Amino acid sequence: MYAVFIFLGIVLILIFYIIGVYNSLVKLRNQVKNAWSQIDVQLKRRHDLIPNLIKTVKGYMKHERGTLDSVTNARAQAMGAQTMGEKSAAEGLLSGALGKLQIAVEAYPDLKANQNFLSLQEELSSTENKISFSRQNYNDQVLFFNNKTEMFPSNIIAGMFNFKEEEFFEIEDQTEKKVPKVDFA
Amino acid sequence: MWELIQANKRKSFFLFIGMTILLLLLGYFIGSAVNPYSGGITGIVIALIILFILNMISHFSGSKILLAVSNAKEVTKKVHPQLFNVVEEMRIASNLPAMPKIYIINSPAPNAFATGRNPKNSAIAVTAGLLSMLNRDELQGVVAHETSHILNRDIRFMTYASIMLGTIVLISEVFLRGMFYSSLAGGRRSSSSRGGQGQLIIMIIAIALSILAPLFATLLYFAISRKREYLADASAVRLTRYPEGLASALEKIAGSHEELKTATKVTAPLYINNPLKRKGRKASSLQSTHPPIHERIKILRNMAHGANFSDYQEAFSNVKGSVKPIIPASGLTDHEDIQIRKGEAGKGKIKNARQSKRNLEDLMLNVDRYDFINCVCGLKMKVPPGYSGNEILCPRCGRKHKTIK
Repeated sequence: MYAVFIFLGIVLILIFYIIGVYNSLVKLRNQVKNAWSQIDVQLKRRHDLIPNLIKTVKGYMKHERGTLDSVTNARAQAMGAQTMGEKSAAEGLLSGALGKLQIAVEAYPDLKANQNFLSLQEELSSTENKISFSRQNYNDQVLFFNNKTEMFPSNIIAGMFNFKEEEFFEIEDQTEKKVPKVDFA
Repeated sequence: MWELIQANKRKSFFLFIGMTILLLLLGYFIGSAVNPYSGGITGIVIALIILFILNMISHFSGSKILLAVSNAKEVTKKVHPQLFNVVEEMRIASNLPAMPKIYIINSPAPNAFATGRNPKNSAIAVTAGLLSMLNRDELQGVVAHETSHILNRDIRFMTYASIMLGTIVLISEVFLRGMFYSSLAGGRRSSSSRGGQGQLIIMIIAIALSILAPLFATLLYFAISRKREYLADASAVRLTRYPEGLASALEKIAGSHEELKTATKVTAPLYINNPLKRKGRKASSLQSTHPPIHERIKILRNMAHGANFSDYQEAFSNVKGSVKPIIPASGLTDHEDIQIRKGEAGKGKIKNARQSKRNLEDLMLNVDRYDFINCVCGLKMKVPPGYSGNEILCPRCGRKHKTIK
């Protein structure tokens, strides 16, 4: 009689444990998804900021047509991108174009004193930061989720319900990742 | 990160239990000392009621009281867009469920603190002096430190701990004062009635407890708050990937001689750096609420390899020369390398002292909801929030201006 109760007790505990682990797996996977959409929100915000920026800058930077056009084009391309690969390539291009624009601005002191431009610049550089922080957060969330799916004993339950590892968001632009080499020669 | 939060929650729980036991002991012995027959139980009940009421107050309006006491004012993005952006960046990096409310304290002393019930209802307060002194990367370091306090559930923990401490101090004080006055007023009655050696011993224990308990609780509270500062520094670096930002900010904060007038002994442990400048006291003692700031800077600058928790622990051991674990072992499990990024901390924001002082004053007026109107003649008019007219004359050239409202 006792043996039956003990057996039932163990089964019950096991069931509760499985439910608990399953729920935390679902929660972690949702956090990964949420982190992913965060990146999209920030990318969209960057696209929205660019027309304003171009409008403000245009009057000052008459001789920088090429730089401005490349930003506009990169933005159009990034907005039209559909697949994952296209997207990250186009966004990388846009980052590069904006970087060039930032450098070009240095030659226009009048522009740099413009209040409107300054606040736009703060918004833009903050959006760049937000993009990289949301990417960082996405990778953190993926790490938590993957740890849970790989580690014993939760990996058994992850296997039972077919939870698959998520992929990290690697930076496409290799120059962004490179650590500067110090040469003492 | 998650393991760290769990470890913190466990510790909060143990501290809560420990302090509760201390409180109950205090209640019991004081009660027995006053009335040997049923006083013990009454004492416990009274102690629990006081604790419950104080906890309720702190739970529902603790952070409001704290912010009000510190003279912090909630601001909109218009007042300081950069601060808002930086806070949002850190919210994203730390995956907080909601944006913390943002407050500015109108004081030239550079400091900051975080408060709130939980990550959903949190607030970050920074002083105007901090904003005028730090550049973007440094501000980010400070905000990351405060966000870490929210993320690691330090805000709730510290509020509870301070409430427990407050209750213990309150009960002990009331008892000791009561003893003092009753011995002045009616010494005869207490000596004649209910004698016995047992009662005397209980009385001695009660007095000893009411002297020692607050001391013990204070030391516990301070010891834990010191450790949490290190932990928040480590988490901040993990969020920003940039130890130099926080290090440089702390350096500027340490170099300031302004004093934050609204800080008190109870609120001091909440700030990023001890706001009470005490002269002639040793920096690192049991009584201090914060680790010595120069040590924190040294540890941050020692982080050469990466921005992970284990890198902070390594730097900590290098600087302190001890292997005392500052990060719970469960927080050191992520082995992937996190690279440190480059930034612009330390680059001067202050070009000339007069300009920076003017910026600080403008910010403080802005926090107080002043409007600014630039006149063509070059004069900047500061219109107080109570100004009711639709037009204002420039005092220098006499031009008419419309007020914004």
